[in-house]
Amino acid sequence: MNARTLPLYVTIAIFLVGWAICWMQFPNMLSTRVIGNLLTDNAYLGIVAVGMTLVILSGGIDLSVGSVIAFSGVFIAIVLRDTGLHPLMVFAILLVLTTLYGAAMGWLIDRLAMPAFIVTLAGMFLARGAAYLLSIESVPITHEFYQSLTSAYWLMPGKGRLTLIGVLMLVTFAIGIVIAHKTRFGASVYALGGGEATARLMGVRQGRTTVLVYAFSGLMSGMAGIVFSIYTGSGYSLATVGTELTAIAAVVIGGTLLTGGAGYMFGTLIGVLTMGLIQTYIVFDGSLSSWWTRIVIGLLLLIFILLQKGLVKLSEARLAGGAA
Amino acid sequence: MLLSIRSLTKTFPGTKALDGVNFDLRAGEVHALLGENGAGKSTLIKCLTGAYSRDAGTVTLDGAEIAPRSTVEAQDLGIGTVYQEVNLLPNLTVAQNLLFGREPGRFGLISSRAMRAEAKALLAQYGLDLNVDRDLGSYSVAIRQIIAIARAVSLSGKVLILDEPTASLDAAEVRMVFDVVRSLRERGLGIIFVSHFLDQVFDLTDRVTVLRNGQYVTTEDTASLNRVKLIEHMLGRTLQDEVLHSRPADRGPRPEMLSFQGFGRRGAVEPFDLVVGEGEVVGLAGLLGSGRSESAEALFGLKPATGGEAKDQAGKLDLSSPARAIAAGFGFAPEDRKTDGIIADLSIRENIILGLQARRGWARPIARAEQNRIADDYIKRLDIRTSGREKRIGDLSGGNQQKAVLARWLAMNPRFLILDEPTRGIDVGAHAEILHLVHELVAKGMSLLVISSELDELVAVADRVIVLRDRRHIAELTGEAVSGERIMRAIAGGEGG
Ligand SMILES: Nc1ncnc2c1ncn2[C@@H]1O[C@H](COP(=O)(O)OP(=O)(O)OP(=O)(O)O)[C@@H](O)[C@H]1O
Ligand SMILES: [Mg+2]
Repeated sequence: MNARTLPLYVTIAIFLVGWAICWMQFPNMLSTRVIGNLLTDNAYLGIVAVGMTLVILSGGIDLSVGSVIAFSGVFIAIVLRDTGLHPLMVFAILLVLTTLYGAAMGWLIDRLAMPAFIVTLAGMFLARGAAYLLSIESVPITHEFYQSLTSAYWLMPGKGRLTLIGVLMLVTFAIGIVIAHKTRFGASVYALGGGEATARLMGVRQGRTTVLVYAFSGLMSGMAGIVFSIYTGSGYSLATVGTELTAIAAVVIGGTLLTGGAGYMFGTLIGVLTMGLIQTYIVFDGSLSSWWTRIVIGLLLLIFILLQKGLVKLSEARLAGGAA
Repeated sequence: MLLSIRSLTKTFPGTKALDGVNFDLRAGEVHALLGENGAGKSTLIKCLTGAYSRDAGTVTLDGAEIAPRSTVEAQDLGIGTVYQEVNLLPNLTVAQNLLFGREPGRFGLISSRAMRAEAKALLAQYGLDLNVDRDLGSYSVAIRQIIAIARAVSLSGKVLILDEPTASLDAAEVRMVFDVVRSLRERGLGIIFVSHFLDQVFDLTDRVTVLRNGQYVTTEDTASLNRVKLIEHMLGRTLQDEVLHSRPADRGPRPEMLSFQGFGRRGAVEPFDLVVGEGEVVGLAGLLGSGRSESAEALFGLKPATGGEAKDQAGKLDLSSPARAIAAGFGFAPEDRKTDGIIADLSIRENIILGLQARRGWARPIARAEQNRIADDYIKRLDIRTSGREKRIGDLSGGNQQKAVLARWLAMNPRFLILDEPTRGIDVGAHAEILHLVHELVAKGMSLLVISSELDELVAVADRVIVLRDRRHIAELTGEAVSGERIMRAIAGGEGG
């Protein structure tokens, strides 16, 4: 087994143990109803985390995603209110916009050899500002096509609802897994995260890969914006503040190395679900304040980073002892 | 002519790395590219493969002018390269590293099964049967180097470039790599071979081109040259190199300084006893994986011993971490300087001062003038080729980086210094300088533990040689008994085992 798969197993183990604890206290937790809600409530986060995983794997970071989600919601709501365009048309325009936005950030990062942190921080303010410019009020979306999207679901055995956006998230993860692990582009992303100079000598097209990575993250942010607007039925420029950090947390809890080069897309899914699980537990308990979610996530992050360090050390020692 | 380079010029800030260099490569020849550290060999290669852009000059391949702007383009033209000290990506699997950029599959999706099979087939040529799904980082430096070679060979339709490919290989592995190179020559490829191992140059190559200070010196048939003449071309002067071949004077038994009893580390090296005298040079010989580096790492507390104790005249020593070992007056210049040695983005001065400053504590900074003096002193003594002490160390040539790492430990003036492959990648001239320096230090009372795959080197410096096999210290040779042949016999198991 490889040292870099260990964190993935740890993530899965933590998730299962967490679930078991919840289930012992609240047997209902295992119902498809809860599972359906878990997927629905975390759909936008999951989608944006797919993009974030790829960015972090490449050795970068994307702080703009929360703002782009908010911008997307406002953009959709305003365009639908003020024009006669069909929502699908609006979606298409939006996705092109956010993808180009991400690509532009990627281009700057590569061309100016600027830290991704700075460029996407600027991107974060810019997108948030653009959202404010469009509207500072929450804008409701009333298009009847939207109603049908919101209420689209499949009934699972046990009366759980598998919503459209929940499915969308799972499909996104499936696509993300294929891109990360089954394409040359994915291999280039891992290579860049492993060491830029070496990757370049091995034939990675660094510029192209960087632009594509951030473009993909932009696309995912746009998708997440659409999903979020379906989820809330409105667009609001103050929404999803700090979502970028939640997404980063999900990626790290999912076992991806923050410095890049190691991790799994599937781990991020588990990371997102683990965070959702904590939230669900707090809702079930009823007496805990929702801040506990943050506290537990904070603790989990800390534990996880320590665990990762420890495990990596341990396995290195074992490999060193066992090899040659 | 398969490949020809005309008037290639490349300037870095402060350095003219290449100055109108010409180079011709025939199909079906192995062509050595030689020169001192910093002569411009690696730069020439990088300009050729598009890793660096060139300032002036032309390159023609099969009669057509080429100007690759990236290493991918060079690969597509059939030029496969092993870059100096680039042992691929540790976070990818062996198979991913081998086949990076041309992964088999359909509809743009990579097939892991086909990859595994292709990777296995590639490695079979080198007698390696590895789990190709494991991370490259979990294998030893030697195996990684062979994998890098295998990758380059499989990419080279026309030209194969090897920049110091044998630096961390043992004799058997070198032979295997040479067999592959010879069979490629047979098939009509042109092969460029860079090395500081002159024996290997005479063994393998058909022609030699020498560079000096970024300038073209000469191209000759290897068979028409001898060692002395070749070195003269490289250095531009004759080398007083007796030091490389003679035994140090027998100075008799030394007063005991350090003693290690039952020292060992589970899974790495079996418990051993070792006594080091004042001003004594102890050599460690053995094949890769025999426990040489592991012994050193245990002594320095890098991978602390799990049993045994260390003592000096004053009493017991705590060697449970490098910091404690340094406090006890130990020093260790590691084998893999890219990851353990240099800090690429700092200047040469900062890299040299680092250890000294760390030992003094960061609250008492060394005065800048003093830093400059120390740095300049070592740059001069070790002949580090640089445009100045403030140059980024990562921009030095490979061999010069190695010298700077040595300088750091020498500047700390430890009483016991461990040198793991100290002259790897260092040219003959500097090699002699370093041996002179070693003799000087020893005369002042410093003790050394030298690990080397080059038996000649051990014979030239060590008062005593300890031979390891299968993680055990199996033999010890002293004084007159130290000879290349005796060491070899012990390694092979004919003696002492
Ligand atoms: N990226 C760079 N920036 C600045 N100077 C450089 C850079 N790369 C190389 N140099 C300089 O160019 C000169 C030639 O270096 P090069 O690496 O080609 O030497 P080399 O012949 O390969 O030596 P070695 O035997 O030590 O590997 C050196 O003086 C080096 O300091
Ligand atoms: Mg070089």
